[in-house]
Amino acid sequence: MKIVNVTHGSFYALGAYAGASLTGAWIARGLPPMASYAVLAVAAVLITLVFAPAIERLILRFMYAKDEVVILLITYALFLVLEDVIKLIWGVDPYFVADPYTLLGSFSVGGMDYPTYNLILVALALLFGGGLAWLLHRTRVGKILRAVIHDPEVSRALGVNVGRYYLVTFTFGSLLAALAGSFTAPTVSVVPGLGVDVIVLSFAVVVIGGLGSLPGAALGALIVGIVRSVSVHYLPQVELFVIYFVMAMVLALRPRGLFSLEEPRKI
Amino acid sequence: MRQDRTPLVLGATLAALLAAGPLLPQWALFILTLAFARGLVALGLMLLLRAGLVSFGQALYYCLGAYAAGALGRFYGVSDIFVEMLAGGAVAALCALVLGFLLARYRGIFFGLLSLALSMILYGLIVKNEALGSTDGFNIAAASLLGWQPGEASLRYAVMAAAAVVSLAAAWLVHRYLGTPLGRLAPAIKDNEIRVEYMGASARYAVHVKYVIAAALAGVGGALAATTIGHIDPDMAYWTTSGEFIFVAILAGTRNVIAPFAAAAIYGAIYSTAYDLSPNTWQLSLGAALLALIVFLPEGLSSLLVRYARRP
Repeated sequence: MKIVNVTHGSFYALGAYAGASLTGAWIARGLPPMASYAVLAVAAVLITLVFAPAIERLILRFMYAKDEVVILLITYALFLVLEDVIKLIWGVDPYFVADPYTLLGSFSVGGMDYPTYNLILVALALLFGGGLAWLLHRTRVGKILRAVIHDPEVSRALGVNVGRYYLVTFTFGSLLAALAGSFTAPTVSVVPGLGVDVIVLSFAVVVIGGLGSLPGAALGALIVGIVRSVSVHYLPQVELFVIYFVMAMVLALRPRGLFSLEEPRKI
Repeated sequence: MRQDRTPLVLGATLAALLAAGPLLPQWALFILTLAFARGLVALGLMLLLRAGLVSFGQALYYCLGAYAAGALGRFYGVSDIFVEMLAGGAVAALCALVLGFLLARYRGIFFGLLSLALSMILYGLIVKNEALGSTDGFNIAAASLLGWQPGEASLRYAVMAAAAVVSLAAAWLVHRYLGTPLGRLAPAIKDNEIRVEYMGASARYAVHVKYVIAAALAGVGGALAATTIGHIDPDMAYWTTSGEFIFVAILAGTRNVIAPFAAAAIYGAIYSTAYDLSPNTWQLSLGAALLALIVFLPEGLSSLLVRYARRP
């Protein structure tokens, strides 16, 4: 949507908090733990439906005409607000819900134990990535959306309800972030500041990949993940900034990211 | 052509501050000095904003300046505030000169995010460096001025006075720079870079120069903040610090060199009040204020001044 959205990190955190607290309550009631996966998903959907449409309709909708950088600042302001809203709702204490994580046990590959839950996460991510690519490139809705992003005015002239496309896309994008947060929640302790870490990381991912490119994002995520693990393994001192280093290197060689789209020259 | 009143206003502000200083309570002097430090950084950001560039990594130079000042005190026993500010500015400018060759090629989002990445690299470097105190940072000795060591009571006033002199002098220099052909290129670069090139000017060179000036100002601001607070830590390079500076720069707008300092003072007031009233939700207040600013006052404080001045 040509929006560099800092609020995305907030949705990740919101999803994590909603997932952790709702699933925690579910398990505390003694309800079947196997259903907790569904609860995680439902929590993410609920929390997105509460926040995303409101933000899009009340604030972002009026900002699309503005400069990319101004939109970045607006979402940054929203991010600051949401960060405190999260603290107001859930307090500053960490949440732990490890049940969905431990429930599946682990399996071993070549003598190394690996938690099954993580494997399922990887599968889910692949599924969503593939699904999104299919949605964007193979369906009518996806094609219209790409047209809307390319030129909202012409799309509107052709009878597309541009406002609704923006609303649905923003909500859907936020839902993906919330789902990611919710499904990651069982593997970590959910603490304030979760959104900050993830947003800076995901920016590195999309910038490495090239803004607005789906295969780019996938490749960027892979690069960031591998680089980080390798550095943790061999040179833990540099773990904090190695990702930014990679990002700076990629930008130095390919100024618009690996899979960048061509920009028309402004004359 | 209307007479340029900026030097007059700057001089009057300086005189008023120096005269009112002894009457102000210690905490007000502290906030005022920090406002000058932030104002200096915002002044540099303003230069870049005029060219349509938003640096999300100005904290890089702020932190470099602070650590340069800190290192002077810690390893060489220098505590003179002017030497520290000079060193902070010089180190930052040198670093920007080198990084500028890379950054001057980028515009828009990429400029912002790359500068963010660079500042986070510095953050990571300092956190991992035991000699510089890692995440704890280290303390800085009280400032002295040109060989004079002020006592406990007059220290805050003396530092504030030094800050005011340096800041307003910097504001005047920037004002002069804005009048030069190179300074006047900035809005043109924002509007249409290709036409700038057609005119025979180099956009990349102009951006590079602005970037170095902005960095030097941020370095001086960082050194000033370091001596004022008396403590430095790597959080000064964290990207949320850059966010603060952008807040101040947006609040100030780009039309006037005094506005960044006024905006920094207002920011300090908002921040202190919000923190005082509800320590857990100051980010909320700040975010809401930033949002309101972008919606209702997109050109910043300085546009208010201009609007007011144009009234018959």
